[in-house]
Amino acid sequence: MLQPYVPLVLMIALAGGFAVFSVVIAPYVGPRRYNKAKLDAYECGIEPSPQPVVGGGRMPVAYYLTAMLFILFDIEIVFLYPYAVAADALGFFGFVAITLYIVAIGLAYAYEWRRGGLDWN
Amino acid sequence: MNYRELLADDPFWLVLIKVELVFAFLMIMALFMIWFERRVVGRMQHRPGPNRAGPFGLLQSLADGLKLAFKEDIRPVLADKWVYLLAPVISAVPAFAAFSVVPMGGPVTIFGERTLLQVTDLSVGVLVVLAASSIGIYGVVLAGWSSGSPYPLLGGMRSAAQMISYEIALGLSVVGVILYAGSLSTLDIVVAQGQQGWFVFLLFPSFAVFCVSMVGETNRAPFDLPEAESELVGGFHTEYSSLKFALFFLAEYVNIVTVSAMATTLFLGGWQAPWPLSQVEMFNTGWWTFLWFMGKTVVVLFVFVWLRGTLPRMRYDQFMSLGWKVLVPASLVWIVLVSGVRALRNADVTTTQILVVGGILLGVLVLLAVLLPERPVPEDDDSVATAGSDYPLPPLDLTVPPVPRRAVVRDATTDGLRPQPAQVTAGSPDEREEERSDGTS
Repeated sequence: MLQPYVPLVLMIALAGGFAVFSVVIAPYVGPRRYNKAKLDAYECGIEPSPQPVVGGGRMPVAYYLTAMLFILFDIEIVFLYPYAVAADALGFFGFVAITLYIVAIGLAYAYEWRRGGLDWN
Repeated sequence: MNYRELLADDPFWLVLIKVELVFAFLMIMALFMIWFERRVVGRMQHRPGPNRAGPFGLLQSLADGLKLAFKEDIRPVLADKWVYLLAPVISAVPAFAAFSVVPMGGPVTIFGERTLLQVTDLSVGVLVVLAASSIGIYGVVLAGWSSGSPYPLLGGMRSAAQMISYEIALGLSVVGVILYAGSLSTLDIVVAQGQQGWFVFLLFPSFAVFCVSMVGETNRAPFDLPEAESELVGGFHTEYSSLKFALFFLAEYVNIVTVSAMATTLFLGGWQAPWPLSQVEMFNTGWWTFLWFMGKTVVVLFVFVWLRGTLPRMRYDQFMSLGWKVLVPASLVWIVLVSGVRALRNADVTTTQILVVGGILLGVLVLLAVLLPERPVPEDDDSVATAGSDYPLPPLDLTVPPVPRRAVVRDATTDGLRPQPAQVTAGSPDEREEERSDGTS
């Protein structure tokens, strides 16, 4: 049953091998003449900001809202696909059920829209 | 003749050959696409584009790639070492993996073995492509985070938000196709289009949403906000150099080829011959099918380049509201419409039932419309004058504000106080003249 997945795994292995090889070989192929300015974070030539961004960096909360909305809709899509495959077998009952489902998610979506969760400034 | 059995009984050596050929094909297509883009954009901007390396400059991108390999490999001191090294790999691998389910051609004979021009056919083929593009986002966001620098971090966050937003629209636009094909397998979808006609005609709104969101998904102009040069230097890969940068670049172009191939597969009939030719049996068999697939894919690739040559970059808030406020609701409504029509056609329903359900649906829609935010009424201010066009007229009764320093001096003299001697040594002669005359008066 998993036999059709073998070529996919081979493809991932080949691409992964190529990518890892490229990353590993890069420092040895190119020249190595480092200095402090090259190894600093690039901020258009000025001295980089003193504290590291990693760990201490803060993000606008809008990104989290987008991520939450993404999860909501991704789950909706995950349920829509099996319905779409089996739509003919489910008939009219399936259609009514999936419509109610879309409306239920649509209510949450309309609420977030109304509260300005989709606005960026 | 069952296509799937044809593919399932591939011997292992054939699978290996196919995997390697598709890998090489993607590499060549990425190089070709870079060259093609530069040439076409060059023509659109009245310049020749790269034309030195090889015939028509065809070897230009190969030369660029080789040059990148011999560049200095820099890892910033603030970077998180392992994540920084892993991010290009995470970005590149799914780009290649996604293409393995794309059906590139019909039944052909390779070394005496009858098979399809497709690495593998999975019953969840479309899901594999979507999953691969989701994992590709990890590469982008981890690259931005691990660089330890503000610009890549901002670029990475932007890319992630943008790609997940358009992934939703992309996923929703495919639902109509699955509904009509009755399968998630890419091979079944292509075969179904041979019987029902191409889905681009049947499901045009889905195709439109797919086209817009595939441009957003691949971070291409006019949606190339993550690498908006004027704002974020280079976006998430600002701190990357050498082959690690090349991997990101490769992944981007392989992704473009993959989504073009998916647009071909899902909507443009895959390897089926276009209409007048499809009547002739010969054109739907053998290596002809690969020709049709390639032709359609290159047309979609050209549209990518065309968009880049034509449209200016969008603003971020406009872009996000296009995704969330236009594409997502439009595809949801379209899905309900399509599945409703299909369910009604299959089941024998009475008019009363249609009317009742239609009434309920209409009521729900009205309720939703009530929930939508009201557009803020623009305040009626007549201060914005226009000269018969949309462009606001600048105020014409401009009064030059007084020079602050001179005003101070004048105030001081009217108060009967001696002005302080000027601290500056350099100044325009007349200014000094005035001060002196003020002081003596």
